[in-house]
Amino acid sequence: MAWFKRENKGIITTTEEKKEAPDGVWNKCPNCKKPLHQTELQENKYVCHYCDYHLRVGSKEYFEVLFDNNEFKELFANLTSGDPLNFNDNKPYTERIIESQAKTGLKDAIRAGVGKMEGQELVIACMDFAFIGGSMGSVVGEKIARSIDYSIKHKIPFLMISKSGGARMMEAAFSLMQMAKTSAKLALLSQAKIPYISLLTDPTTGGVTASYAMLGDINIAEPGALIGFAGPRVIKETIKKDLPKGFQTSEFVLEHGFLDFIVDRRAMKAKLGAFLKMMNN
Amino acid sequence: MQQIKTSFDFEKPIADLVQQIEKVKQVAEKTKVDMTATLDELDGKLNETTNNLYNNLTGWNKVQMSRHPDRPQTLDYINMICDDFIELHGDRTVKDDKAIVGGFATINGQTVMVIGHQKGKNTKERQYRNFGMANPEGYRKALRLMRLAEKFNKPVISFIDTMGAYPGLEAEERGQGEAIARNLLEMSVLRVPIICIVVGEGASGGALGIGIGDKVYMLEHTWYSVISPESCSSILWRSWDFKEKAAECLKLTSDDMFGNKLIDGIIPEPLGGAHQDPELMGQSLKDYILKDLSSLGKLKTDKLIEQRIEKFCAMGVVNE
Ligand SMILES: [Zn+2]
Repeated sequence: MAWFKRENKGIITTTEEKKEAPDGVWNKCPNCKKPLHQTELQENKYVCHYCDYHLRVGSKEYFEVLFDNNEFKELFANLTSGDPLNFNDNKPYTERIIESQAKTGLKDAIRAGVGKMEGQELVIACMDFAFIGGSMGSVVGEKIARSIDYSIKHKIPFLMISKSGGARMMEAAFSLMQMAKTSAKLALLSQAKIPYISLLTDPTTGGVTASYAMLGDINIAEPGALIGFAGPRVIKETIKKDLPKGFQTSEFVLEHGFLDFIVDRRAMKAKLGAFLKMMNN
Repeated sequence: MQQIKTSFDFEKPIADLVQQIEKVKQVAEKTKVDMTATLDELDGKLNETTNNLYNNLTGWNKVQMSRHPDRPQTLDYINMICDDFIELHGDRTVKDDKAIVGGFATINGQTVMVIGHQKGKNTKERQYRNFGMANPEGYRKALRLMRLAEKFNKPVISFIDTMGAYPGLEAEERGQGEAIARNLLEMSVLRVPIICIVVGEGASGGALGIGIGDKVYMLEHTWYSVISPESCSSILWRSWDFKEKAAECLKLTSDDMFGNKLIDGIIPEPLGGAHQDPELMGQSLKDYILKDLSSLGKLKTDKLIEQRIEKFCAMGVVNE
């Protein structure tokens, strides 16, 4: 096992290593293709300063953007995936997990932390799309469930940042039941009258949309995110028509009444801070 | 032994034996030779083959069984097991979704709220029912009815039979995700007993959207998973050709689901499937429902909800 891991590490640069790369590393904006400077990007909350495109970032970046001084206590960091179905399509699921862990430096598609945002306590659970498409398996469901328990126990508001292609097929019905689990816990959070903010980011689809992502006291989104239940390709195949421009974007979902507002990542912390202040006083 | 009506390729061994028996009978008739011994032997073989076959169906065979056109559907069960049924319509916001039916009913004199997917049995009906694929209005109608049940303290019974929530343009506009999500949350704390039964197909969020119950059953030859084997195959292997393999990988049978503690029980079907003897299936379903209504009715509401939530929260396998 150790030998296997080492070999993998050698081949694939982890996100951790990439972030530690020296200044002067330039990325390209996926939208306008203009070159982006790593430190500038960080200062601009990973938003392209040419076209305002919100880059797909992970829990590390969101924690950095939202927690005061990037200070937080990580919660339930050691949860990792089992393989209850011995799933094996072209590759055993366990192998897929190990590879994803090596590639991303993450344990699974979610991290949770508790800390202060604008001076107010907040529990954040944030999905990582880099880990098997941010798919929701048992670890995602369990970590959200425990984060909610933590919020209830300590009476701290809960922020869920969704970024997911939906269910994790390799956990099949176990994955499906995470929708039930997280929704049941959110019912308890609601009964405890603790604020729940659901932030939907690019992309949020499938079973994640059909459970915790849509159940916030307020549902909010970053601009231009893909948000929907069924994927655009499936809908297109079903209705045999082209989809209208802007279909399933944050702006579309806001217009149809399922979001409270859209917030630019650079203004997010201040706005959420103001919201929490209103809830807390 | 009761005559099995065969229709699937995998039932061919049964059909062949039946045909063989027919032939022997004809020969016996014609030649007046006593073939009793041969016929007894063949009957025994038919019996054994039949039992073996239905006890060893593959995941994909179960999917086929769950889709048999003569398989009883929600309205059939309501007809068979309820003394009386008053269908209620509409979500009070947009429309009446025909893919989900529901209303108050009595079973052995006891009032319940029944809800279920309705697929339809012929082409015209299927179109009318949108093949049992509900839009958000269907889930919102179901929720409205469940809240009515809660208000008047009546238990809820839901029949699950869907290929999935409808993946359409309007469905997205009207919040398919939100509609299902809301049901999951509300059902987990609904203050009356809920019994859910997968009577055909249990596909993904579209099934779960009326599937949070104190008791969740699957009929023996049904399936329940996060995705259909066809879609799973097309995602993993870029073609529908691997649906059999996908069905195995997904562990979607009632045995697998029960073994993984994701459902509370399996309701046996008549030999050869529910469609062979719908009345018998209905009777068996009714027995299960009555038994549970009685036991769940004895629980204090808070305890009921606590147990329901605990059950779903225990699902999942993680290492730490
Ligand atoms: Zn740009």
